[in-house]
Amino acid sequence: MPRKLPKKDVVIIGLGWTGSIMANELTDEGLDVIAIERGPWRDAPTQFPPNYVQDELRYRIRHELFLRPDQLTFTFRNKMDQTALPIRDWGSFMPPNGVGGGGVHWNAETWRFLPSDFVLRSHLTERYGASFLPEDMTIQDWGVTYDDLEPHYDAFEYLCGTSGTAGNLRGRIQDGGNPFEGPRSRPYPTPAQKQPFSHTLFAKAARDLGYKPFPQPSGNLSQAYVNPLGLRLGPCTYCGFCEWFGCGNYSKASPQTTILPLLLRKSNFSGRDQSEVIRIDLDRSRSHATGVTFVDTGGVEWEQPADLVILSAYTMFNVQLLLHSGIGAPYDPTANKGVIGRNFTHQTISSVNGFFDNKKFNFNPFIASGAIGMCIDEFNGDNFDHGPHGFVGGGYVGQVQTGGRPIQTTHVPPGTPKWGAAWKNAVRDNYLSTVTPGTGVHGSFYSYRDVYLDLDPTYKDRLGRPLMRMTIDFHDNELKQNAFLTDKFAEIIQAMGAHTVDKLYRKGPYDATEYQTTHLNGGAIMGTDPSTSAINRYLQSWDVPNLFVMGASAFPQNSGYNPTGTVAALAYWAAAAIRGQYLKNPGPLVHA
Amino acid sequence: MTMRRRDFLAGTAVLVLGAANSRATIISGGLPWTPNAGNPPVPITQGPWLYFTAEEGRAVEALADCIIPPDPQTPGGKDSGCAVFIDRQLAGPYGRREGLYIRPPFMTGTPQQGPQSADGPAASYRKALAALDQYCQSKYQGKRFADLSDKDKDELLDGLEKDKVKLDGADGKAFFAHAIKDVQEGFFADPLYGGNRDMVAWKMIGYPGARYNYLDWVERHNERFPLPPVSIMGRADWSPRT
Amino acid sequence: MPETDRHSILICTIAAWMGSAGLGDAANTDQQKFDQIEKGRYLATVADCFACHTVPDVGKPYAGARAIETPFGVITSSNITPDADTGIGAWSDEQFVDAVRRGVRPDGSRLYPAMPFPSYTRMSREDVLAIRAYLTTIEPVHQPVKSNTLPFPFNIREAMRAWDALYFTEGEFQADKRQSETWNRGAYLVQGAGHCGACHTPKSFLGGDKISEGLRGSPLQGWFAPDITGDTGEGLGRWSEGDIVSYLKTGHNRITAATGPMAEEVADSTSRYNDDDLKAIATYLKSLPQRADQAATPQPESSPVMRAGQAIYRDQCSACHGLDGNGIAMLFPSLAKSSLVHASDPTSAIRLVLRGGRSVATPAEPTAPGMPSFAWQLNDEQVAAVLTYVRNAWLTTGTPVAASTVSANRNQLRARSD
Repeated sequence: MPRKLPKKDVVIIGLGWTGSIMANELTDEGLDVIAIERGPWRDAPTQFPPNYVQDELRYRIRHELFLRPDQLTFTFRNKMDQTALPIRDWGSFMPPNGVGGGGVHWNAETWRFLPSDFVLRSHLTERYGASFLPEDMTIQDWGVTYDDLEPHYDAFEYLCGTSGTAGNLRGRIQDGGNPFEGPRSRPYPTPAQKQPFSHTLFAKAARDLGYKPFPQPSGNLSQAYVNPLGLRLGPCTYCGFCEWFGCGNYSKASPQTTILPLLLRKSNFSGRDQSEVIRIDLDRSRSHATGVTFVDTGGVEWEQPADLVILSAYTMFNVQLLLHSGIGAPYDPTANKGVIGRNFTHQTISSVNGFFDNKKFNFNPFIASGAIGMCIDEFNGDNFDHGPHGFVGGGYVGQVQTGGRPIQTTHVPPGTPKWGAAWKNAVRDNYLSTVTPGTGVHGSFYSYRDVYLDLDPTYKDRLGRPLMRMTIDFHDNELKQNAFLTDKFAEIIQAMGAHTVDKLYRKGPYDATEYQTTHLNGGAIMGTDPSTSAINRYLQSWDVPNLFVMGASAFPQNSGYNPTGTVAALAYWAAAAIRGQYLKNPGPLVHA
Repeated sequence: MTMRRRDFLAGTAVLVLGAANSRATIISGGLPWTPNAGNPPVPITQGPWLYFTAEEGRAVEALADCIIPPDPQTPGGKDSGCAVFIDRQLAGPYGRREGLYIRPPFMTGTPQQGPQSADGPAASYRKALAALDQYCQSKYQGKRFADLSDKDKDELLDGLEKDKVKLDGADGKAFFAHAIKDVQEGFFADPLYGGNRDMVAWKMIGYPGARYNYLDWVERHNERFPLPPVSIMGRADWSPRT
Repeated sequence: MPETDRHSILICTIAAWMGSAGLGDAANTDQQKFDQIEKGRYLATVADCFACHTVPDVGKPYAGARAIETPFGVITSSNITPDADTGIGAWSDEQFVDAVRRGVRPDGSRLYPAMPFPSYTRMSREDVLAIRAYLTTIEPVHQPVKSNTLPFPFNIREAMRAWDALYFTEGEFQADKRQSETWNRGAYLVQGAGHCGACHTPKSFLGGDKISEGLRGSPLQGWFAPDITGDTGEGLGRWSEGDIVSYLKTGHNRITAATGPMAEEVADSTSRYNDDDLKAIATYLKSLPQRADQAATPQPESSPVMRAGQAIYRDQCSACHGLDGNGIAMLFPSLAKSSLVHASDPTSAIRLVLRGGRSVATPAEPTAPGMPSFAWQLNDEQVAAVLTYVRNAWLTTGTPVAASTVSANRNQLRARSD
């Protein structure tokens, strides 16, 4: 029998980016808010200080800051006719854990989606006709538009101090920025980061080929900054230990650097760490949440009652909690019914390594930040005519190399043996003169009927609950998209002056052992139709109106950009709806 | 102001019973801080093998020298400490697969589904090294892997890599791929873990090590970075010397 | 019920409530009493009674029982709520003034100077009475406190008579007519209610102030409270008045940040001073003269210690404190200009390097950045080298730090829990 705690106005599940944003917004509204976080408290001077965080083995290879699979993992299969097996050690994605969530160890690549991304089905159907889209592609319009979200993208960028060069200011295209981006109301809060050598060289090659390169928008700041909450960040020092690592010198935007110090001072906020929510509790009608039940590290169950529940636990844990709590009809791919688990997506990533003459090129790859890079957007979204190509979607490509940490960036030209004297010499000769962008091709991943989440029939977690099962594979559309983008990217790398270009196309089947960003999305998608979405346009559950579900689980499909900017913008958008409408009149905000 | 470690919230009657093993940290009022907090790394200590037997250690040293042979400029895998690295890793949480999901049932899956063995790295090494030596002893007149000529060792490893040489009781190809990964990891990791002794690997490639500030170098394009590598535990220049 | 009846019931209820809260015959129409209470509330904040007389985070305000570390052992603060039994509710105003300004309790026994009466003696009677008035309005707490928790022989309270004779000069502050009103207000606050000298003035071995070295810096509780005179070498000589005001008000300025015991001081006390008083304090402190002793000899850049220190600095410290030692204003202190770094007694600098630290959060500056601990990474020789380097590298000079000093500090810090 769980022990009952005193009631709060709001309980927030997970204290990462969206949890922190929602907590700050709702405490500003005067509500009594508690956030419950499964992982530990994290902070720079104690958990990732700049005197021991530069440890590739510990943080990148052994992934110390991330969730331990034994605490929670998933099972995986490519196709429905296979048996799913447990992901025993992380590979293709790396779930966060702890206060700050993924915001601690992200790269801080802070993009906006395109206006057309939010009305994707309508847009593509109108341009290419319905039959151009694969029959089993389940892309949908979001229910919100870019214009709805613009002020909230802006709010997040100014919260973070994002460093960038605007490309479209209120409709006027600006030199040096992304000419394809949606219009923004004002410039970035700080100028773009300075670019190291190889990134600058890429931009020059791209420009010579007729493209319009621009700096990647970066949450690693180009200069000291005070955000609207009065919190200060310092300038990024290009240490090259960004993604996988916490930032030691307050120069990466994270909940810790942009929200938490202020939030924690509020008397109407408290947080609990090391407490895992295992269920959202419902009343008898099953259409009203009464709070949550969580376990502490001793295995004791506690009940935290609340009037409003915000689920902000990251895509996968959001969906899992909905399934375990019996909220929303689970998706059945065969019957094509149900909503929880449908439209599950990842990201279509590939790269091209370029090898240069070491007598002419010294790239100092270790000088980098997480969101450094020069990119081109000509091949993202529907920025080009897909008619001749037979696929939809796209992504940005860019020299976005984030560091030169030697275990992972000692590449050798194709054909070099993997060991022995030849390998050793090749590493020695190539380390400083190789371009290894990593996620250089960052493509969209649209949704399909047979790519989804549900509960596994066999495997259980340490608490005896069924693991969630991922059924995911690449479809031809994404593989074609990737081949096209990779070839275009390789042309630019070649034009930089590489003597050898190694094209690492993304090939099927989807491999759960190879890292492809942690941009997992969907499973509890937003929309206008309750039969094909779990939440409405304000991220409010159709089934349980006092439950709002944040995060990329809301994305009906993934675009060719990193998701965090959009995740945060949606959180601000939902917060505005809660503050402006819901609190005055609790109940469904949308009547379908 | 500080993080309060209390057994549970004051004011509710049901508190104390059963609270002995459990813990909840309530964070409010301000940012927590305690002195000396955090988990700084603990460098390995040189000395006898912690996991390997003497023969296993010899075999792994020989393997390390095949994977990264010594040359006049840079030591090989053995002298740079890669076998020590692997030994300490296998003796620690990595070898024990701490934190990984190792619940049954164990079923063979597709390559995309990743390792599904009941054995972790520590057990795998033990089995594979035994199988390797056994194979060598039967093929090379009783000699263990470590005692073969360099040519024979390389040939054998090439055979493992191409799946032409089969070991009895272990997947030779998978083991060798694993060994390559581990040896090279040890070679390039921070010296505090046992490999990359004296930062020889970093010196070889021109990697300046565990630094944090390149602000004055971002826009110095195509210039060689002049400072020597530094590890997390420092470098010789940190101590005054006349 | 008619309006007027309801109105008068309301007034009576309020009066009754106020009466039970200890305001006696203070009807809410007595403006002077209200002003006095307001002034007393402000002065109690200036004098920071709350900090010593309240257990941090969990204690009831002013109810005492806080353990205070002194060089002679731990003493426990008394209950100064208006509780008649265990607090000071039964004290007369005169007895309160005597306690605060003369260090004498109603029964004639002496207070230990952990209660900074040697500073509070400067306060005017009127100000002390205002504080009294305020303290009678706070919630009475029944909490008996045994104050004298000092070890033998310091627990012999009678000995304080002799101490007072040696070290205590009673006397209200006298304005210096040659100085401005602002200067005098600053002097009054610093010497009196602010009791800055309690921490910042060097002490004799028996804990009395070395008057001739007023505010030149003093060790306490494992820290060194630095020189806060206008000295350019170790004091605030390089700070503008605006820097001082910013530091006291927000805990941060472009040069440094409040940490350790000063963090609490800023959070509870100076961040709530009004701007005029802060400016007055700045005026006064900047006017205090240079030290007479010689500046330290600069260390040659090529010395082994300086070269080692530079290597450590570049590899580690520069990530926050900058390649030029200037840090980032309001975020990472400027080691080049910080008086804490250049103090002749390097205790605070050593402590921060070994243990790490967190600077204060105030409403104006909530970031409170933290510094990591280096104890596990740097040995005594290396800590000494990098501190010698930062004390000498950028135009300012400070005495070198010896490895043996670091070693001694490291040992002492091991025993500390804060």
